Amino acid sequence: MSVNDFIHLMPLLILTVGALVSMLVISAWRNHKIIYVITAVSFVAAFASLFEQHVAAPYTIEPLFVMDGFSAFYIGLMLVTALLISMLSYAYFEQREERKEEYYILLILSTLGACVMVISKHFASFFLGLEILSVALYSLIAYLRTRERSDEAGIKYLILAAFSSAFLLFGMALVYAATGTMTFTGIATAIAAFDRLPLLLITGFGMMIIGIGFKLSVVPFHMWTPDVYEGAPAPVTAFIATVSKGGVLGLLIRFFMEVDGFRYPTLVLIFTIIAIASMFAGNLLALMQQNVKRILAYSSISHLGYLLVAFLAGNQMGVEAITFYLVAYFITTVGAFGVIAMLSDKDRDAERMEDFKGLLWRRPWTAAIFTAMLLSLAGIPLTAGFVGKFYIIATGVNTQLWLPVAILVLNSVIGLYYYIKIIAVMFQQPEAAMEPRRQLRPSIYVASMGTLTVLALLLIGIGVYPTALINLITTLLNTFTTLTLR
Amino acid sequence: MILVWLIVILMAGGLLAWLAQKWHRASPRWIALGSVLATLGITVYLWLAMPAATLGASPWLLQYELPWIPQWGVSFSLALDGLSLLMLLLTFFLGLVAILISWREIKNKVGFFHFNLLWVLAGITGVFLTMDLFLFYFFWEVMLIPMYFLIGIWGHENRNYAAYKFFIFTQASGLLMLLAILGLYFIHGSQTGTYTFNYFALLNTSLAPEAARLLMFGFLAAFLVKLPVVPFHSWLPDAHSEAPTAGSVILAGLLLKTGAYGLLRFVLPLFPTATVEFAPWAMLLGVIGIIYGAILAFSQTDLKRLVAYTSVSHMGFVILGVFAFNEWALQGVVMQMITHGLSTGALFILAGFLYERLHTRDIRLMGGFWSRAPKMGVVALIFVMASLGLPGLGNFIAEFLTLVGSWQANNWLTVFATIGLVMATAYSLRIMQKVFYEPSLVEQPALPDLTSREMLIAAPMIVGLLWLGLYPQPVLDLAQPSVQEQLQAYSGSKVEPKVAAVEAPLSIAEIDSVYFEAAVKDLKK
Repeated sequence: MSVNDFIHLMPLLILTVGALVSMLVISAWRNHKIIYVITAVSFVAAFASLFEQHVAAPYTIEPLFVMDGFSAFYIGLMLVTALLISMLSYAYFEQREERKEEYYILLILSTLGACVMVISKHFASFFLGLEILSVALYSLIAYLRTRERSDEAGIKYLILAAFSSAFLLFGMALVYAATGTMTFTGIATAIAAFDRLPLLLITGFGMMIIGIGFKLSVVPFHMWTPDVYEGAPAPVTAFIATVSKGGVLGLLIRFFMEVDGFRYPTLVLIFTIIAIASMFAGNLLALMQQNVKRILAYSSISHLGYLLVAFLAGNQMGVEAITFYLVAYFITTVGAFGVIAMLSDKDRDAERMEDFKGLLWRRPWTAAIFTAMLLSLAGIPLTAGFVGKFYIIATGVNTQLWLPVAILVLNSVIGLYYYIKIIAVMFQQPEAAMEPRRQLRPSIYVASMGTLTVLALLLIGIGVYPTALINLITTLLNTFTTLTLR
Repeated sequence: MILVWLIVILMAGGLLAWLAQKWHRASPRWIALGSVLATLGITVYLWLAMPAATLGASPWLLQYELPWIPQWGVSFSLALDGLSLLMLLLTFFLGLVAILISWREIKNKVGFFHFNLLWVLAGITGVFLTMDLFLFYFFWEVMLIPMYFLIGIWGHENRNYAAYKFFIFTQASGLLMLLAILGLYFIHGSQTGTYTFNYFALLNTSLAPEAARLLMFGFLAAFLVKLPVVPFHSWLPDAHSEAPTAGSVILAGLLLKTGAYGLLRFVLPLFPTATVEFAPWAMLLGVIGIIYGAILAFSQTDLKRLVAYTSVSHMGFVILGVFAFNEWALQGVVMQMITHGLSTGALFILAGFLYERLHTRDIRLMGGFWSRAPKMGVVALIFVMASLGLPGLGNFIAEFLTLVGSWQANNWLTVFATIGLVMATAYSLRIMQKVFYEPSLVEQPALPDLTSREMLIAAPMIVGLLWLGLYPQPVLDLAQPSVQEQLQAYSGSKVEPKVAAVEAPLSIAEIDSVYFEAAVKDLKK
């Protein structure tokens, strides 16, 4: 490995070191605050190291990794998100008695896995990243062991994720059998030689789609989502909804762009069906839920469907739209789960509708932030979600994907209904005075409230003035899309 | 820049009002009052300062542009012409009334209430001013959320349902408009190579008939639901009757007008061929609306619902006039927008006064108030007369002009629309009869007459209605250049004024002059 390789892998190395240091410190001295500081420092350092890289031209580390503007942006996005989640987690776990320190190791590791995925250009690194992410997630989901639903959620995720990994591996093997290579570029050149895709390859791709679809929780691989979202601690849910999906989506885009999967009507058809089914199933099932975490789970399914609409466009604008939407979605989701985490008490998360009743009058700022997050999910102007949705619809109209776009619009209306339902609950007058909640220590309260305020400001900032973010995305993604789009 | 200030003052005032609640309980009211007075002052100043421009070549009085999202060709582009100036005057006037009317009615969460009120006004102001379609959609949506809160938090018993329905109807139709805007954007972009949402640039897009039709329906969806036109009207009675008085005033007076404004500003000039095809159907929908609204209004027992259905009926005239494509009808539409804003707003205020005293909106429980509250009776009589279109009050001018204009486009439908006027008399008189004249069937609590604050609210509305009825010339003058601008695309196929129209009673001076100007224009050709 040369010095350059080191520099370009620096974010990943920093994360690894961070995880190791935490582990050593825990064995010597358990202290929540210290571990938290180590975690935060390693996220910040990893993020800072991104600026050391020259991403104007892609830098490849043969045969596994490639570092370019695209991966820099995605890694940066995921690191910032993970940092925000860790800040919310600190307040959340501080009030719980279980051992909290190992949580941060797992958080760093799973972030590492997601980062590995977005820079990988080889099946081996892809699978390694995926497994680092998944194995860390198994234990994260079931972290609060004493809680009622956490075992169920953990086991469910473990079994289904293992299943989907098996599918993915088998798919990879089939693709390897058909093309004789495991690098993305190799596969691209190999299938470019075929007139039409051989059956073996299509089966391989199909199985890989199952594996990836599971991670993205798109229909019909979404069954685990509501249960896991409900059972996992709120910050972990935020992590699954954002970083874990973002990493897989980044990989999917890279792989698909690389092999130019959009040339094959079969694959496009599969993704169209998945997108449409996800939008409908997510929104319609969300209508029937009474649990806020489950509503958000189903809503995340439909949001992945929206993202796939832009993915179907398969051009530079599509990738930009996905990336932009992903930023908006990350901010919004972390914000929404952050509010839930903040309102949660010692025994359970604030996930029932009653927990939110009259929130606007009890805690106006928290409620205002949550309202902003929900409106952003619904795609209402002044929020980042609106610009993101606009970007996706524009992409769809531009590439004349009339059917998916029409369904997206229809679903936005359906989605509105349940977002509004939560908002309506928040401004109902509480019937009786709620029993006073145990107040957190002010410093912790300030920390999580600060994080949420930052998120809300970002949300509105991007919603009002998206130009800066669009510029950043176009510049960083330029190298990626021009090279891979033929 | 002054146009930006209008929006900024309202938005900042709203935030300030919200924050100031902690500081002093009454301060939000004063802050809101101050900001709306400021914007009203600015608009009146604009009106007085620039009369000469109406005679100039361009109908545009003021323009302001700032790049916003240059990558997509979105700019923060505002422009003011006679039409938008009139709409702004109406907006701030009714805004002022809405704040005054809530002075006693709204007792809880005063800060948040005024925040929402001012933000609705800001959204409406944006809609009336913007000349960028992205920004237009943006403001179109911005006004919905605060309105949703106004209905959902401070409304009557069934407020949640009404708020939901209002929000989902308008949002769904708005998204269709968004699709149409994007379609237009990409068609224009692929033709000329410049991707822009600028209204003036998009005006020159040449569209295939099929595409034009689809895009027009996208825009129509949003505007017809907002207006509302009959098959899409079902949100309106619920929203109007459940909203607090200020909310009803703003809904009826302003939000419905954004639909009419959208038709005038966007649908007519952007799709000249498709609208001509659709015109007979649109006029038919208008006539159905006039008659259906009137019949339903007559059969309501809830006073606010009754007034809400009169809105449906009155808005029928708007769509009838818009799709007649001539200057008379459009002048009538502009007048109708203003006078309906005043007269229906006034009726909702009346309903608010009664509700405050009786805690019911059921007119079966009212009666015999003429002798007990004479001031209120007189005020109500004037409002009701305005609503039924009595000459001398604003609505008469509006409906008369609309009918004269639509007669030239479609005789039969105009005949049926005129029947609607008779029906208006029936339902309007029923209000007077039931509430003020007929002896009451049930025992009534004490009914204090109007206080001086309430008279202060009612008086300007009466003055406004009388002024518009007796001397509408300034309004017609102000609207004329923009009306002509909207009709530019139709001038080739313009319907020649028929002789029959000349024989119509044209004794009123102002109508004379409109006709004169139209004749001069014909001569010039």
